[in-house]
Amino acid sequence: MAFYLPVGPQHPIHPEAILLKFKVEGEQVVDVDIDASYVHRGIEKALEYKTYTQGLYLIERICGICNVAHSTCYVINIEELIGKEAPPRAQYLRLILEELARIHSHLLWLGLAAHLIGFESLFMLIFRDRELVMDLIEAMTGNRVVTAYNVIGGVRRDLDDALAHKIREALERVRERTRYYRKVLMEDPTVRARTVDVGYLSTSEARELLAVGPVARASNVKYDVRADDPYIAHDEVPFNVVVYDTCDVWGRVMVRVDEVLEAIDMILYALDHMPSGDFRIKVPPIFRAPPGENVARVEAPRGELLHYVRSDGSDKPYRYKVRTPTLANLMATMQMLKSRGDRVVYVADIPIIFGSIDPCICCTARVLIVDERGRVIETTTDELARMKRW
Amino acid sequence: MSLIPDVLGNLFRRRATVMYPEERREPPESLRGKLSFDRSKCIGCRLCWRVCPASAIEIVKDDKGFRPVFHIYRCIYCYLCVDVCPVKAIKPTREYENVALRKEDLVVR
Repeated sequence: MAFYLPVGPQHPIHPEAILLKFKVEGEQVVDVDIDASYVHRGIEKALEYKTYTQGLYLIERICGICNVAHSTCYVINIEELIGKEAPPRAQYLRLILEELARIHSHLLWLGLAAHLIGFESLFMLIFRDRELVMDLIEAMTGNRVVTAYNVIGGVRRDLDDALAHKIREALERVRERTRYYRKVLMEDPTVRARTVDVGYLSTSEARELLAVGPVARASNVKYDVRADDPYIAHDEVPFNVVVYDTCDVWGRVMVRVDEVLEAIDMILYALDHMPSGDFRIKVPPIFRAPPGENVARVEAPRGELLHYVRSDGSDKPYRYKVRTPTLANLMATMQMLKSRGDRVVYVADIPIIFGSIDPCICCTARVLIVDERGRVIETTTDELARMKRW
Repeated sequence: MSLIPDVLGNLFRRRATVMYPEERREPPESLRGKLSFDRSKCIGCRLCWRVCPASAIEIVKDDKGFRPVFHIYRCIYCYLCVDVCPVKAIKPTREYENVALRKEDLVVR
């Protein structure tokens, strides 16, 4: 006999509001349905009322952890729209900050993953070492979390030699610690028992369900926007796309650990090969964009992030659309959470399987327009944009 | 298992947590904190008010003309006004403890 087990919208396994409706038979999960519409904040709509420069500070607040990815994507998008390009030094500085943010995001997730499988001492240790990176971000940009470092036409501040030396020193320490955690995560029987062969997502499923980021790379899909469609300075800074073929939660853990090590190498390379020159070109604070549309994508710590803008020639966007990586990964998560054949999913594995995509719900929530009977009405981009005249 | 030496070592290591109200960490040189404002330099151009994304700046009129008033409780510390000010009348500070019981206490004039 099947029971329905609701997890959320308020539940200890995940602090953000999302409803996972599980159909369970005993301890086994048979089916799952996800409702991610509890925290819709209307940011895309609000962007239509902000000038391009002001919108940058709203877009950063979509997500605290990956605010650098959002602001990088936004400035690339608007720069392509208005036909300007940031100087080479700014591209390198953006890359350094983006990779620092990737390190802090992955270390945060590794700590949370340890917490979700009940390994509290590893959680505390990883969070302690993450502070080193947070301090670097604070010294570089002026704020710990919401950096406000990227601006349209370049970056806010230059990087001097003293800070570059500080970054090198701290990253050596982070590298040493990450190598140690890698060894722990590879060998520790507790970690292996809770993650190996849990949350299986085969390569073909990952391709069919369009998984992105570390989830796809742990299922042996070699897909990384930094390598496939290089933006900022990624075509000049060499790195390896980390791919694991285990297709389980353990693979997702290892992809993230290895990406931290890759990111450290990328930052050190970028510091050594940074071009000199301006770090910002002059763009007026209030400007009109030519009519047109543009799409930009970056590799956020959680996966591919896509921004779309359409301009009607005014100083505010006509429509702005954000596709966050968690939204792309939700279908793959539903597949991971179902028992299929001899791959049984137990209720006790729900937290770590759902956590393994690094879910960020407040970026993901979408609004649906329904009629009085609850049927979904399809709306086009133009209809959504016209709603400002209601 | 391989974590045990580190966990045992932690028993004798210095505490990583900063006991905040008693013990304060020096913020870095570059910290974006509360704004300070120099009335004698301001020319009343209202650019700061136009660019502020959080509507934290109010324009009032005094005996010298237009001037901004900064409502720090709405400020998001993006420093667009610092960048845009043509006469550098808005200066950054490193004050980060911007809390008060009344909104009026957090207004920079």
